[in-house]
Amino acid sequence: MDEREQRHEQSGVSETPGESPDWKRGLVKPLMGLGASIVLTLASFWAAGTPLVWGPGVPVLLAALAIGQMGVHLVFFLHVSSGPEGTNTILALAFGVFVVALVVFGSMVIMANLDAGMTGLDGLTRMQR
Amino acid sequence: MNASASTIVVEIEIPISERGPSPRKVIVGYGFWLFLLSDIILFSALFAAYAVLSGRTAGGPGGVQLFHRHTVLAETGCLLFSSFACAMMSLAIERRRRGWMVAGAAATFVLGAAFLGLELTEFGAMIAHGAGPDRSAFLSAFFALVGMHGLHVSIGLAWLVSMVAQVFTLGWRPMVTARLACFSLFWHALDIVWIGVFTIVYLGAR
Repeated sequence: MDEREQRHEQSGVSETPGESPDWKRGLVKPLMGLGASIVLTLASFWAAGTPLVWGPGVPVLLAALAIGQMGVHLVFFLHVSSGPEGTNTILALAFGVFVVALVVFGSMVIMANLDAGMTGLDGLTRMQR
Repeated sequence: MNASASTIVVEIEIPISERGPSPRKVIVGYGFWLFLLSDIILFSALFAAYAVLSGRTAGGPGGVQLFHRHTVLAETGCLLFSSFACAMMSLAIERRRRGWMVAGAAATFVLGAAFLGLELTEFGAMIAHGAGPDRSAFLSAFFALVGMHGLHVSIGLAWLVSMVAQVFTLGWRPMVTARLACFSLFWHALDIVWIGVFTIVYLGAR
């Protein structure tokens, strides 16, 4: 990964007009984000198709890789930081994550529960016997 | 050394409530960040619908038969490199280089359009094979979720074109650079949503 990032960085520098170190400093973060994202994406696609990982463990691995990649995007592309100006951003983000988790997992739990409690066609035929 | 030490003292002495309003960049960025979070909550509802309905194929084709990993990998690559091009565009904007900004915007646009093209081809093929949104609850949820993301990408592309036009007609006004900063936040946030889509919908297909 280091080697790839270096190669990206070199090509990035040569295609910019900037002899100034200013461009170079600005390029570091996006390049690190790109390198990390490429590695994590390829890892996800590999994990989904490989027989090397124990089947029931694959969703957990995919979830971990996706969360890692979202973190990479937040830090390197959206520039979410723990600096003084980032406090409000992070608080809002935490609330957003909370609501998203509530909506998604809440729906799944409630609907699974309803599904289990429904009689439905199968249940009706069972009751008729 | 002395100067920096004294500024730190000053910062500590003035309470945060008396420092006056934050710079425009911080306020605009925060406001747009709140919009993005509300947009992500909208997506979370569609994700929830998909998670609940993903097994309800009504005897129709399921995800494993319909999705092609190579297409999804190509789509993911397009969006990722588009995000990177957008970050390059932001660097050019910070340095007020119009030529490089246009180059970054063009790369962002082309990659975003390539993503849309791949997605529409995929949708077209599915509908042609009788696997349209009316086939099963699973497909309705799929088209709603992935289609909503595609709709956001299309809106982003239109926005990008209008931003390039604004840079040419209005120049580097604070208003224009603030809008450009919002666009870049929007574009990166769409990529975060796509990470959820390709992990849950495409890679998680059973």
